[in-house]
Amino acid sequence: MRRYSAFAIAREAARHHQGWERAWRSPEPRKKYDAIIVGAGGHGLATAYYLGKNHGLKNVAVIEKGWLGGGNTGRNTTIIRSNYLQDPSAAIYEKARSLYETMSQDLNYNVMFSPRGVIMLAQTHHEVRGYQRTAHANQHQGVSTRFISPEEVKKLVPIINLDGPRYPVLGGLWQARGGTARHDAVAWGYARACSDMGMDIIQKCEVTGVRSSNGQVMGVETTKGPIDCDKLGIVVAGHSGVLADMAGFRLPIESVALQALVSEPIKPCMDVVVMANTVHGYMSQSDKGEMVIGGGADGYNNYTQRGSFHHIEETVRALIETFPMISRLKMLRQWGGIVDMTGDRSPIISKTPLGNCFVNCGWGTGGFKAIPGSGWAMAELMAKGESPLAAEFTMNRFKAGRFIDESVAAGVAH
Amino acid sequence: MSFRLREGGRLIDRSKVLRFAFNGASKKGFAGDTLASALLGANQMLMGRSFKYHRPRGVVASGAEEPNALMNLGKGAFFEPNQRATTTELYEGLEAGSQNHWPSLETDIGALNGYVSRFLPAGFYYKTFMAPRHAWKYLFEPFIRQSAGLGKAPEEGDGDRYEHFYMFTDVLVVGGGIAGLQAALSAARTGVRVLLLEQTADWGGRAVVDGTVIDGMPADAWVQATLATLSEMENVTIRARCMGAGIYDHGYVLGYERVADHTPQAGAPRHRLWKIRARQVVTATGAIERPLSFAGNDIPGVMLASAVRDYVVNFAVAPGKRTVVVTNNDDAYRTALALVAQGLSVPLIVDARPRGGGALAEQAARAGIAIRKGGAIAGVLGGKRVTGVKVCAMNGTDVTEVACDAVAMSGGWSPVVHLWSHCGGKLLWSEAEAHFYPDPALPPTNHTGAGFVRAAGISNGAMATSACLADAQSQGAAAGLAAGGNAVSDAPAAAEDLPAEPLQPVWLMPEGAPIAMREKAWLDFQNDVKVSDVQLAAQEGFESVEHTKRYTTLGMATDQGKLSNINGLAILSKALNEEIPQVGTTTFRPPYTPISMAAIAGEARGDTFQPLRQTPMHAWHDANGAYWEPVGHWRRPYCYQRGRETVEQAVSREVRNTREALGLLDASTLGKLLVKGPDAGKFLDMLYTNMMSSLKPGRCRYGLMCSENGFLSDDGVVARIDEETFLCHTTSGGADRIHAWMEDWLQCEWWDWNVYVANLTEQYAQVAVVGPNARTLLERLGGMDVSKDALPFMAWSDGTLGGFEARVFRISFSGELSYEIAVPASQGAAFWETLHRLGADLGAMPYGTEALHIMRAEKGFIMIGDETDGTVIPQDLGLNWAISKKKTDYLGKRAQARSDMVRDDRWRLVGLETLDGAVLPDGAYAVAEGNNALGQRRMIGRVTSTYHSPTLGRGIAMGLVEHGPERMGEVLEFPGTDGRVFKAKIVDPVFYDREGEKQDV
Repeated sequence: MRRYSAFAIAREAARHHQGWERAWRSPEPRKKYDAIIVGAGGHGLATAYYLGKNHGLKNVAVIEKGWLGGGNTGRNTTIIRSNYLQDPSAAIYEKARSLYETMSQDLNYNVMFSPRGVIMLAQTHHEVRGYQRTAHANQHQGVSTRFISPEEVKKLVPIINLDGPRYPVLGGLWQARGGTARHDAVAWGYARACSDMGMDIIQKCEVTGVRSSNGQVMGVETTKGPIDCDKLGIVVAGHSGVLADMAGFRLPIESVALQALVSEPIKPCMDVVVMANTVHGYMSQSDKGEMVIGGGADGYNNYTQRGSFHHIEETVRALIETFPMISRLKMLRQWGGIVDMTGDRSPIISKTPLGNCFVNCGWGTGGFKAIPGSGWAMAELMAKGESPLAAEFTMNRFKAGRFIDESVAAGVAH
Repeated sequence: MSFRLREGGRLIDRSKVLRFAFNGASKKGFAGDTLASALLGANQMLMGRSFKYHRPRGVVASGAEEPNALMNLGKGAFFEPNQRATTTELYEGLEAGSQNHWPSLETDIGALNGYVSRFLPAGFYYKTFMAPRHAWKYLFEPFIRQSAGLGKAPEEGDGDRYEHFYMFTDVLVVGGGIAGLQAALSAARTGVRVLLLEQTADWGGRAVVDGTVIDGMPADAWVQATLATLSEMENVTIRARCMGAGIYDHGYVLGYERVADHTPQAGAPRHRLWKIRARQVVTATGAIERPLSFAGNDIPGVMLASAVRDYVVNFAVAPGKRTVVVTNNDDAYRTALALVAQGLSVPLIVDARPRGGGALAEQAARAGIAIRKGGAIAGVLGGKRVTGVKVCAMNGTDVTEVACDAVAMSGGWSPVVHLWSHCGGKLLWSEAEAHFYPDPALPPTNHTGAGFVRAAGISNGAMATSACLADAQSQGAAAGLAAGGNAVSDAPAAAEDLPAEPLQPVWLMPEGAPIAMREKAWLDFQNDVKVSDVQLAAQEGFESVEHTKRYTTLGMATDQGKLSNINGLAILSKALNEEIPQVGTTTFRPPYTPISMAAIAGEARGDTFQPLRQTPMHAWHDANGAYWEPVGHWRRPYCYQRGRETVEQAVSREVRNTREALGLLDASTLGKLLVKGPDAGKFLDMLYTNMMSSLKPGRCRYGLMCSENGFLSDDGVVARIDEETFLCHTTSGGADRIHAWMEDWLQCEWWDWNVYVANLTEQYAQVAVVGPNARTLLERLGGMDVSKDALPFMAWSDGTLGGFEARVFRISFSGELSYEIAVPASQGAAFWETLHRLGADLGAMPYGTEALHIMRAEKGFIMIGDETDGTVIPQDLGLNWAISKKKTDYLGKRAQARSDMVRDDRWRLVGLETLDGAVLPDGAYAVAEGNNALGQRRMIGRVTSTYHSPTLGRGIAMGLVEHGPERMGEVLEFPGTDGRVFKAKIVDPVFYDREGEKQDV
């Protein structure tokens, strides 16, 4: 792999950029791999990357039905934070956040991680108490957060309306080292690094079946023929239930559409990420200048990647109430993605009833921020059979009732 | 230069001069002008700067597809950025400013980016700015953010108002061109309700500009006649300035009406969002002309041929004195003819086709216009304005220069398929026209699986006028029939088509243009994406059209690629050596053009943001010093401040007064669900952990409800009214949720049980009369016996109190002698005031939610949402006494038997007393030595409720602690977030009147 740098750009500019090589190869599948990852989204690619980087497992294929990074990796609102309440969540999201800090350098690909800070607004007394609790928990979990006053909120977000007639801002939970990153670049950076390690990323190849023998996984059937493997990782977010069905087990997952929208681009007016859970919406400004806005998930299960307009309306209303100036902006585009929700709104990173078949799913509305941590833990689980970061996220926890419920801390999709 | 012609202009009224300002300079236009036409008329071709390289940008189009002419418009609370000048109707006093430049439009420092554009190809930022690590946050990102963005951020809230409008129709026709008019007419003739929308103020679309003849009359006349016919039909509704913005599932369509953008501050709502349910939708949305890709095609003065024609015909504005036309199809010849008809010079028509054009080309030749067949543009001369073009053969040879100050280009037409595609309609590729058009076999489908959208006319690929009208007639009639109309005899309007030569797809000119030209051939004018960028993306493996879009930002500008997508797609497919339909399009997403956030929110802002629920006593609270707290959609008094009291002082006073004398609480928000029917007892036995079917009429029982996963979700007192009727009290915040929860079970699981649930929350006002003097007050009211014998603790009774019909419950959430009294909501305020009047000398004072919370905590009563958070089971809270052992089942029972639920080290409820009497911080955690398996500090408990108790004069708290109840007397450490460590002893959670003597008197 030729390294990217300002120098490389200057060199290529001299020949009109006709010398850049492919960011990743586009190979045909081989007959067999040590490990196959189904799903070339952020989580799948990160899993492959850390299999190679941390565990030396490089005979790996990542198989993707569509185009890499085309699912929720390319549809989310790019927020990165780790101010979770429960211990296992705080641990894996903080691991992810810390990996984001050096990701551009690790991958030699600028993913534009921008630790600009994230505020979660408290707009009821109940929310104040909730975030004070999170701040207390975070300090023991090694996550740096702080409950801040309305005045501090205003200083960080001058466009905010503190004294809305309905839900005045009573403070906020501030994570200074949270932020955003360029979502596509995360997938592309991992893909380039995986390809460079000799891994095969096979796009436009749909898995149509999982082959097994004596309770052990043997390989997959695909639209490009059968491929054998010793280990299989299913990392397909909204379609996890479909893949699990092929592998012969069931997952406690429901799939719903989550929507987002952007405004037209304007000059910089907001430097941090703000989440307003009481009124239900969140917003940040992209480097391009668009206000990136997200809200709630549909109340019914579906795979449409569209969603219903009333959620957009609810979200926009909430954010105009919070940031009155956006009333004079226009919505440029709305879209939806299919998120996989578990009963406790926490992910599953787990062995499965099928031997050597592993599953990573259930990130629900908050997967982007977890990508590197999720890949790190999943790779460790696949390589070693166990991972401390993943230990609590087994699918058996639902049988035991050992939930990792974050709904108390994050009432909004995120 | 661009200028106003002496004569003509279909849409302008020269008798009405309008003054406006552009970048502070005063200009003049006419009524009927758009901002773009007025600026062109005032010789202002330069209208903005591009996003990335800050290149000078002139207007290129005449409608919604415009990528360049974006303006900051208005000021203060009426300011709005990124307004398209082409769709902004001019009005007197309009103030516009161009965007994305510093210090001025003419001289922009950012244009330096253009000089180093060689170093800034597609995606360059992914390859650099990585070292040193912190430079991204502190140096590169701030710089990029400053130079990116377009318009200024608004600085104020919104001074305008907006509204929503709901409409049901049988057939919705989107688009007021001739196809839309014909389709609406044919649909209306079947007798169904028809709604016809046009996004501009002008009807007739392109036909009226092109001078088409329909039914033997000029298109203008036919359009006016048809409009008149439609207006007279009772089943037809017509709206101009109303865009079809998006199509959603189940025939849900958004209309975006710009009611008053052209008459600002005249009192009308500015925008109106139409929420339309249509059985059938006809999209007659026309087509958009494609630019041609040649070097310098972005220099101000290079415009779409159709736009040049629009400006000349509609507004009598000439983009230039000498206009070179370049085309790959016949239509652009119309532009040349229109220019010549106005006495303007067309030095050359460059036609990429070796054979040239058809009948229109002959007309042009007869008009004396030179035509170069098989020609191409090798480059455009000029910087901020076109000064000439280099013309060559399609193979790049034989270059000559032609002086001109405008270029009109046409690369063919792409049907507007956005609405068709929003909800899943699929597309076909036409080789002949080189465009995508709707696949009639795969339309968006409704709830029955049938298609509910039809495209009509040019948007359906019917390019010739006669075919367009015929298609529109057939789609309109078919939509009418599908929506329940009657078949009638109907025929399309007639038009004659000129013989034409077919279009020849040209995606780059000249053919095989070298890299230096490709680096100057723009695809996306706003985002500065060039042919070379798309080719670079393909070269680097960004092969999916979505990858290319995201890597190059092609089509991600505010026009969402209306001009650039197909051209970029063609370049990509060529680079990949694939066919265009195989490469496919990116996803079309609503809205068609950007719509205001304000319109989406409508009237829901400020006081009307969300419905505010008020109890019957709300006004009294407001008049008596209530400090409000939002509780769901309710507002409840947190406390009532008197004089100069602080909130804390008021709360303390209320607690003390209630414990010592008499407190009155407005408990009306408490959920009140009536559960009735022969199976009501059986039903409640399933919903509550307790046995409810054994409750005697006239008695009350405290009950717990759990989720299927066993977690405590709500609590409250259930009163049995009679054999078949129960009144279930829920928490204030839980009323709607629990009602829905009951309905969920009754409708989805136990649909055969005879139970009915009615939410009576708002039918009753409820007052808690609390304190040692409570009974005295009620006795003063008189009417029913409220003595201990007649109405013992946990009993209820109907009767009258002081003439009010009342239901009195002997229940207590404070530990004091307490009655909760429900009266009809209409009597609530009167009853409340009566209590205050008669209780004045007994010390009657209102108390708010905080005093309520403190008193319940002093008594060790749990509060849903404080002691519970969705992870707590009743057993954790020592509520085993409220869990029936006799029942075979209840919701949560099985879950509570799971291994993690019966672990003996679950955190369980205790009381906490700080050693120094201080108040523990909310949400603090108790820590033990060492770390957990994840390397985090080991936590062994947490504070769930913490207050200063005015009764005890010290801090009290409740918490959940590992092995808590077995560790009485042990002292735990709770680090605060400020470095302070609180030490608290584990005690019984009941701090006040442990024996319950006070409430049962």
